Amino acid sequence: MMAIFWGVISGIYFVVFIFAIRLLIVVRKGSECKPGKKGSVSLLVVAGSGGHTTEVLRLVESLSQAYSPRHYVIADTDKMSEDKIRTLETSKNEMDAQPKFTIHQIPRSREVLQSWSSSILTTLNALFYSVPLVFKLRPDMVLCNGPGTCVPLCVAGLVLGALGVKKVLIVYVESICRVETLSLSGKILYHLSDYFFVQWSTLKDKYPRSIYIGRIV
Amino acid sequence: MSTVFVTVGTTSFNVLIETVMSEEVTQVLSALGYKKLVLQVGRGSVLPGPDSRSGLLVHAFRFKDSIAEDIRDADLVISHAGAGSCLETLGAKRPLLVVVNDRLMDNHQLELAKQLHSESHLLYCTCSTLTQTLRTMDLSALTPFLPGQPQNFARFLDQALGLHRE
Repeated sequence: MMAIFWGVISGIYFVVFIFAIRLLIVVRKGSECKPGKKGSVSLLVVAGSGGHTTEVLRLVESLSQAYSPRHYVIADTDKMSEDKIRTLETSKNEMDAQPKFTIHQIPRSREVLQSWSSSILTTLNALFYSVPLVFKLRPDMVLCNGPGTCVPLCVAGLVLGALGVKKVLIVYVESICRVETLSLSGKILYHLSDYFFVQWSTLKDKYPRSIYIGRIV
Repeated sequence: MSTVFVTVGTTSFNVLIETVMSEEVTQVLSALGYKKLVLQVGRGSVLPGPDSRSGLLVHAFRFKDSIAEDIRDADLVISHAGAGSCLETLGAKRPLLVVVNDRLMDNHQLELAKQLHSESHLLYCTCSTLTQTLRTMDLSALTPFLPGQPQNFARFLDQALGLHRE
C-alpha cells in the first residue's frame, strides 16, 4: 500500500518537475519565436480600466494591420474600456468591411484597494476563466500593461506553451506612471514575459532585462 | 477670460479646494490677472457654490465625463498628483501646477509628478506652499512635454517578431 502511495506521490512530483522545466524553456525561448514570419500576428490585448486602457490602446493603434485578428479582454465591471476599444477599431477598420476583432470579459482579478488575501482568491478565479479563453483564442502574443487581469492571462499563455500547444509571446509594457518602482503585475511578469518594456531609464537601471526605447505612449 | 482650472480627479482633496478658495489665494490669483476659477472637486465634501471672490468668478462641479474642454479653456491648471490629470494637462500643453496631498505619502502616483517636475514640465508644491508658489512662479520656464512615440514600439515589435514592413 505504502509503495503505491509513494509511487503516486513521486509520479506527481515528476510531472510537476517536467512541467516546470518545460515552463523554463518556454520562457527562455521567446526571442527565437517569430510568429510574424507567417505574415500576420494574432493579438490578445489585455485592457484594464481607465488609464491602463488608454495607454494600451495607444500601443495597439500604432501596430500595423498585420497584427490581426485582435482579441481584447476586459474586466466584466468595465464598460468604459469597451467603448474605447470600439472607437479605436472603427477608425482602424475604415478600409475594411470585415471587423477583425473580438471583445471578451473575465472577472476582475483585483479591484483597487482590495486586500492581499482576497486578491489571491479572485486571481485564482480569474485564472479559471483565463485558461479556457486563451486555449480557445490561441493568440501569437499577449500585450498588456499592468492591470491585475493581465497576470492570469499571461500565466494561461505560459501554460499553453508549457503543454507544447503553442508558444504565446508575452509582451509587457509598464505604465508611464511607473518611474522608480514596478507595479505588482510588473514585478511578477518581469520574470515571465518575453519582451518587457519600461518607459523611464531609472527602471531600466534597476531591471536590466527590461527594454527601454524612450516613452512609447 | 483668463481662467484657472482646479482638478482633483476621482479623489477627494478638501484641503486643496479650501486653500484655493481662501482669501489669500484668490487675491493672488486675481492680482496675477485671472478672472475665472473653475473647480472640479470629485468626491470631496467641499463644493463651493457659484460665487465671486476677490474679483474672481467661481464655478464648481463634482464630475464630468470629460474635463478635456475645461483643461483646454484654462490658462493655468492646478491639479492633484494623479497621473491621468497630469498627462492630460501636459498633453493639452497647458501650464500645470501640481499640489501634492501630503496625507497620501506613499501614493505611487507621486513618482510621475516628481519626475515630470524634475524635468521642468510642471510646478510642484503642497497646500501650505501654494500661495508662495503662485506668487513666485514663472510659467515661461516650463518646458513642453513631448508625446511618447508608439511607432518606436511598433517598429521594435515588427523586427522582434519577424514581420516585414511593406
